[in-house]
Amino acid sequence: MHELTIASALVEQVCDHARDRGASRVGSIRVRMGALSGIAKALHFCFPSAAKGTICDGAVLYIDEVPLTVMCMRCDAVKTPSGHYNFRCPDCGHPTPKVITGREMQLASIELVGADAPPAGAHASAGTTDNSLSSQGI
Amino acid sequence: MCSVCGCGPGTHHAHLGHEHAGHEHIGHEHHDLVLIEKDILAKNDLYAETNRQRFERLGVFALNLVSSPGSGKTTLLVKTIGALKKKLPVAVIEGDQQTSIDADRIRETGVSTVQVNTGRGCHLDAHMVGHAMEDLPLVRNSVLFIENVGNLVCPASFDLGEAQKVAILSVTEGDDKPLKYPDMFAAATTVVISKIDLLPYVDFNVERCIGHLGSINPDLDIFRLSATTGEGMEAWIEMLTGASVHAAKKALCHA
Repeated sequence: MHELTIASALVEQVCDHARDRGASRVGSIRVRMGALSGIAKALHFCFPSAAKGTICDGAVLYIDEVPLTVMCMRCDAVKTPSGHYNFRCPDCGHPTPKVITGREMQLASIELVGADAPPAGAHASAGTTDNSLSSQGI
Repeated sequence: MCSVCGCGPGTHHAHLGHEHAGHEHIGHEHHDLVLIEKDILAKNDLYAETNRQRFERLGVFALNLVSSPGSGKTTLLVKTIGALKKKLPVAVIEGDQQTSIDADRIRETGVSTVQVNTGRGCHLDAHMVGHAMEDLPLVRNSVLFIENVGNLVCPASFDLGEAQKVAILSVTEGDDKPLKYPDMFAAATTVVISKIDLLPYVDFNVERCIGHLGSINPDLDIFRLSATTGEGMEAWIEMLTGASVHAAKKALCHA
């Protein structure tokens, strides 16, 4: 149930950014969640209640899921394990405890509505991600 | 200039709805896309770093004890305190959803204890620990045990500023638990396999368990012990004493 804490921490961070930039509301939020975080779906469920009554209320949450990749020291290569809990090289069977991607829980970007002119270099153009999930905050 | 909102070439923002060089609009509202690229738990990590610096400055060796409910954390803690308190000052922050039953048990040993009730929360966070420290006499060169809420999932994500995260796994829980809850064992620095006096009565293969632990986190320091019979406690106490002395020396170097 720590997904509610994660959702609240996310909302708090986004609210801080939105306030600093004088936004009237938050249009969307894009986060990056590693496969090992295990809370992507739960975060969708919790987000609307965490956002309720804040400037994030009604924002669309996009979740880009980052697949698990590990380093195989024997093959000297980055590999994708056959399961989330199988920390062994899919090719040679060597233990692969070193996780390269899959532990992320990051706020990637936010779309602010009615914000003040932001500082130079703080922008990106909107992109699409094939494996992203989205939910509409209520 | 944008004919909808009048913003000029000097402004850089993305708008949705209509597109032209550099930005899009929905109706007439500006939609700025701002890159953040920051960990969601950045605030907790900041509090954790503050706690860590305080521990390091004071030479306090802090441990975060995590496990499923019923692994024997509190019993291990009571026995550990009994062995340590003659050598070192010890304090405890006790995390539970409700009641002060565990804190009361620890207080009977005579060491300073603060109970933190998380209510519906399933873990301690670094902010709670920072506040709990205000209610403790945090003695220089001491050992601070932070007993987390019994939960093998959520506390894995929350750094408290500790030097060691100790995952306690009792032999009554099954030797495949590291594979079922890999995050906790990946985040841990130390594992205690507890209640080994019950090994003759349960189907728990210690070597297989250690093999699973190694496949998830090969750097783990592993102890096997029984707080009830005292078997294996010596190595555990020796590690705690050594790490505490090391923390105290490090603080002296930084002073």
